[in-house]
Amino acid sequence: MSKFKRKSKGGSPGISTASLPDIVFMLLFFFMVTTVMRETTLFVDVTTPKATEIRKMEKKSLVSYIYIGSPVKRLQSSYGTKPRIQLNDAFAETADIQEFIATERESHDEKEIPYMTVSIKGDEQVKMGTVIDVKQELRKANALKINYSTRKGTY
Amino acid sequence: MARSNRELQEINAGAMADIAFLLLIFFLVTTTMDVDTGIARKLPPMPEEEQIEDDSQIHARNIYVVLVNSNNQLLVEGVPMDISQLKDGAKAFINNNGLSPELSDNPEKAIISLQNDRGTSYKTYIQVQNELTAAYNELRNTAALSEFGSRYYDLSKSQQRTIRKKYPQKISEAEPKNVSDNE
Repeated sequence: MSKFKRKSKGGSPGISTASLPDIVFMLLFFFMVTTVMRETTLFVDVTTPKATEIRKMEKKSLVSYIYIGSPVKRLQSSYGTKPRIQLNDAFAETADIQEFIATERESHDEKEIPYMTVSIKGDEQVKMGTVIDVKQELRKANALKINYSTRKGTY
Repeated sequence: MARSNRELQEINAGAMADIAFLLLIFFLVTTTMDVDTGIARKLPPMPEEEQIEDDSQIHARNIYVVLVNSNNQLLVEGVPMDISQLKDGAKAFINNNGLSPELSDNPEKAIISLQNDRGTSYKTYIQVQNELTAAYNELRNTAALSEFGSRYYDLSKSQQRTIRKKYPQKISEAEPKNVSDNE
């Protein structure tokens, strides 16, 4: 009796799938870590304008977003088509911005406050009047680091 | 004991892959890989109550006035201009170094004054901002290439500061005027 005897009589042995869960888990963790869940539902339509001289925004946790645009289709019956401002999960007036900045600041460490940025996500069709009002409020709230959100591309 | 031997059998892990796949697909679908990009700007602080703006120190030749009206038309230094020419116009103004008597003394003194109507579209505003940024970026790149031999963004922090000092980005936005009442 030989110690190493041929097991199979022809036919290739099946590939071991024992490490498949490991590979899948690896991918799973990668996606879990990189995923950023969309935390706000948009009530306004925002198509940001295109620009070429853009820079990536750093440290997403330090960025607060202000959305400006016309309400989405299903809300137009009750809110009209006039451009509105959205902060977090609700429509807002320009007067609410200072309070919004204050709450955003409270939720961060004191050391991080100088690095906090406000990203203005404005729709292409919005008139500057609304944007100017927002900017004036930001100046009053002393939130001077801003970023005009744009897409890459030529207009 | 025969019985305990059987209980120690390992759990069938064959279904683990299925569960992991399910989760994987969920995260694949929900992932948004988009990176936020934009044009960074710094707003001027709100002026103090008694502070009187003293711009008499600034010579008129060092200010490049860009006006945008509610029909999204540009008026640059009193002359109508197409947006495609704005970048070259701004570059010529900034990098004049005293050559032409109408344009700036040197890049350090050059200020671009941007004023827009409340009726200007945001799209045009961003285009103007983009062109002005492009003008500065190109000038900085040229300076970086001739001085350090590489592009501005590839330079070290201190080298970037040297270039920035040479070409400071001074874009002043005037308090908005409401020329025509059509918002």
